[in-house]
Amino acid sequence: MKSIAELEAIKKKVLDNVNLRQEREEGVRVVVGMATCGIAAGARPVMTAFLEEANKRNLSNVVIEQTGCIGMCALEPIVEVYVPGKEKVTYVKMTAEKVAKIVSDHIVNGAPVVEYTVGAQK
Amino acid sequence: MQEISLNILDIVQNSIRAEATLIEVIIEEAPSLDLFAFTVKDNGCGMDEEMVKRVTDPFVTTRTTRKVGLGISLLKSLAQQAGGDIKLESQVGVGTVIRADFSYGHIDRQPLGDISAVMVSLISMNPTIDFVYTHSFEKEQFQLDTRELRKVLGDEVSFSEISVATWIGEFITENLTEIYGGAK
Repeated sequence: MKSIAELEAIKKKVLDNVNLRQEREEGVRVVVGMATCGIAAGARPVMTAFLEEANKRNLSNVVIEQTGCIGMCALEPIVEVYVPGKEKVTYVKMTAEKVAKIVSDHIVNGAPVVEYTVGAQK
Repeated sequence: MQEISLNILDIVQNSIRAEATLIEVIIEEAPSLDLFAFTVKDNGCGMDEEMVKRVTDPFVTTRTTRKVGLGISLLKSLAQQAGGDIKLESQVGVGTVIRADFSYGHIDRQPLGDISAVMVSLISMNPTIDFVYTHSFEKEQFQLDTRELRKVLGDEVSFSEISVATWIGEFITENLTEIYGGAK
């Protein structure tokens, strides 16, 4: 059974990471649309997939945030990825399956997955 | 939406937009009483009486990005389809309480779904808001209060840290298995 005491150990690890991070750079922000439209279209499994993938790869410089409806409900679930110093990339009609590729190609290796972006929509 | 937990995720967004700093999510399940209910209680900006009356109308919304607001009207019809209803109380400057009741055994009652993933989403994506999540099944009860976790984590470590969010998810899942008597 998990106990709250385990959080102490996690805290210590995170703090070590935070120190490293400050010396390095600002982190990557992943913003998931969480309004009624996004949730109904499947935003929660997408968010969970980002969390799992980031945890699997031990990416401590990634933060997952939420936003409301940005007015493109038909294209939900929508995810925006902000890499410091780069332009924002908007991914549309997201699924949990697409997440692994975005994490490995874009977040880890810096190459946005063009075919999933809003710009690739016809 | 195919799970009641997704409706909870959606309804809580209203509390977040109302700038609540403390949000309580209470889930009550008791097959022996044919009871299935959830309550979302916040200390956000609240609504006046007029708005409370109109808010179940899908063509009422305070947002500006589109002209319809579906969350509460959707929940109301889902509850009514499953032998229940919703109740909404609100006071400007104090907060809002919304409760949805369903008949536990009703064939049209949706499953609860992955509530653990919902709570993790809410807590990790809104790290400055406090959540109290109370879940009971018959006489068993589990509660997670982020204020307690905050005491351990201190100010420097946020709920948005991937490792913290992952731990919260596992913690909830284990405790739910417990209150369900070992079943998933």
